[in-house]
Amino acid sequence: MSTVSETTHNGAVAVGAPPASTADDGLSPSQLAAKYGLSVSGARPGLAEYTRQLWGRRHFINEFAKARTAAQYTQARLGQLWQVMTPLLNAAVYYLIFGVLIGTRKGVDNFIAFLVTGIFIWTFTQSSIMAGVKAVSGNLGLIRALHFPRASMPIAFTLMQLQQLIMSLFVLVAIVLMTGETPDASWLLLIPALLTQWIFNTGVAMVMARLGSKMTDLAQLMPFILRTWMYTSGVMYSIDNLTQHSPTVIKVLLDINPVTVYIDLARFALIDSFTSAQLPPHVWLIALGWAAVAGVGGYVYFWKAEEQYGRG
Amino acid sequence: MAVAEQQPLAEGTRTAQARVPTVIVDDVHIVYKVYGAGTGKGNAATALARLVLRRGGNPNVRRVHAVRGVTFTAYRGEAIGIIGSNGSGKSTLLRSIAGLLPVESGRIYTDGQPSLLGVNAALMNDLTGATNVLLGGLAMGMSQEEIQQRYQGIVDFSGINDKGDFISLPMRTYSSGMAARLRFSIAAAKNHDVLLIDEALATGDRQFQKRSEARIRELRKEAGTVFLVSHSNSAIRDTCDRVVWLEKGELLMDGPTEEVLTAYEAHTGK
Repeated sequence: MSTVSETTHNGAVAVGAPPASTADDGLSPSQLAAKYGLSVSGARPGLAEYTRQLWGRRHFINEFAKARTAAQYTQARLGQLWQVMTPLLNAAVYYLIFGVLIGTRKGVDNFIAFLVTGIFIWTFTQSSIMAGVKAVSGNLGLIRALHFPRASMPIAFTLMQLQQLIMSLFVLVAIVLMTGETPDASWLLLIPALLTQWIFNTGVAMVMARLGSKMTDLAQLMPFILRTWMYTSGVMYSIDNLTQHSPTVIKVLLDINPVTVYIDLARFALIDSFTSAQLPPHVWLIALGWAAVAGVGGYVYFWKAEEQYGRG
Repeated sequence: MAVAEQQPLAEGTRTAQARVPTVIVDDVHIVYKVYGAGTGKGNAATALARLVLRRGGNPNVRRVHAVRGVTFTAYRGEAIGIIGSNGSGKSTLLRSIAGLLPVESGRIYTDGQPSLLGVNAALMNDLTGATNVLLGGLAMGMSQEEIQQRYQGIVDFSGINDKGDFISLPMRTYSSGMAARLRFSIAAAKNHDVLLIDEALATGDRQFQKRSEARIRELRKEAGTVFLVSHSNSAIRDTCDRVVWLEKGELLMDGPTEEVLTAYEAHTGK
């Protein structure tokens, strides 16, 4: 490409250079661009510059998440109440099936608190990933109309889910208190647990956003993958009770599952009968590791295709 | 190439000094893929058969060579009209300058980030007009104080509130003209180095067209470059001092507005 334009240009300069009124007339387009500091349109900025731009849009990300959360239930009559109703109804359904009908609660103290914590923490990751899939493909209008670092989109969507989770937490705390738990200092551990989970979710959501922007079938496929993930994450039953006689490989694999780790941490923080003995070894290290791997990896992976979002 | 090389002769005499290029389009070809263009029957069995057989690529994808070797340079303070019949590659070229469509070969150099303003670039339909003003401004990189200062100006300019308090309603309740007016107002609130406008003026009513033409002249004075794609020759005459004529993806003519428009009108038999 460049060689072609170069040769045509040298030819043009040699033959038809007009009487030079300015010094620019003899320059090729690329030389002219370099002289006035023009950049190639639609080129991807460097990682540091990109991060700086993204930081510059932090108010946009925050306001976007707030506005979308507010707009989410405008079509429903009960409005914002659904933010609390949805997780509550979910918990009720799973309690009916797994707690009453099947009876996995045998061997778990305070099963209601155990179950509801699991559901809410799982929902946070699940809905972040689902929102991530559509973060780019569902906002093409905005992406094509205005220029901003596209990573704002998946970040804003996981921020929305975090806000949603904080609403759910009020329900969770009420349920946990009703089931006879007493608030203590260990509840504060919820903050680092949720923070690392949010970083993990954001990283995964950015990976999904890039994949979802090209593979439009992903939104159809994801519910099945997520459901499989949920059933292996000990959301509704205690993994320890189930894997007592399993090979160590399976135990380790189930223990390093990031969702299991974040759920265990939340349960450990909130439920007194869920002791540190039930936590897998090095649990905080694993939680931090997943957040770092997914966060950094997802961010770089998303940035690599920055110039392609909204194209075509 | 030849057409573009003659260009500096005509233009150079007028503004020989202080001509700072803002957009350089260098021998650009644009090819895009259209999905769902083929004759494939749209049921599950044929879709599966296509996936399994994979014979010679997807017949549903067709390549369209929309822009063929266009070269020109735009300078600071210019307003350039882009004309041509439907399907001549005007909007495609504009989208490429904005960095939204990759070029097949050639290069487009720009000063800063050009902003494209098109009629079908929807903002967030579920959110109110007021929220869209705030979010649009923030997305363009304005600060919250800046938006607060300009908020009333944006709303007044759009004329959304002329017929009642529409700004506090979701944008999905707006008519297409109202939505386009608000989008233009949001985008025009910021001083862009390069502003690309795709038929946006055609959607508003006469009063709004006058207002936006005035705003375009203002933007040019603030040392920006404005591109305007339009089928309205009068809108181009009122706002542009230079016109690029595309036909079948090729640059047919590039020069002062009157000259090119006269030739264009002769060509279209007006």
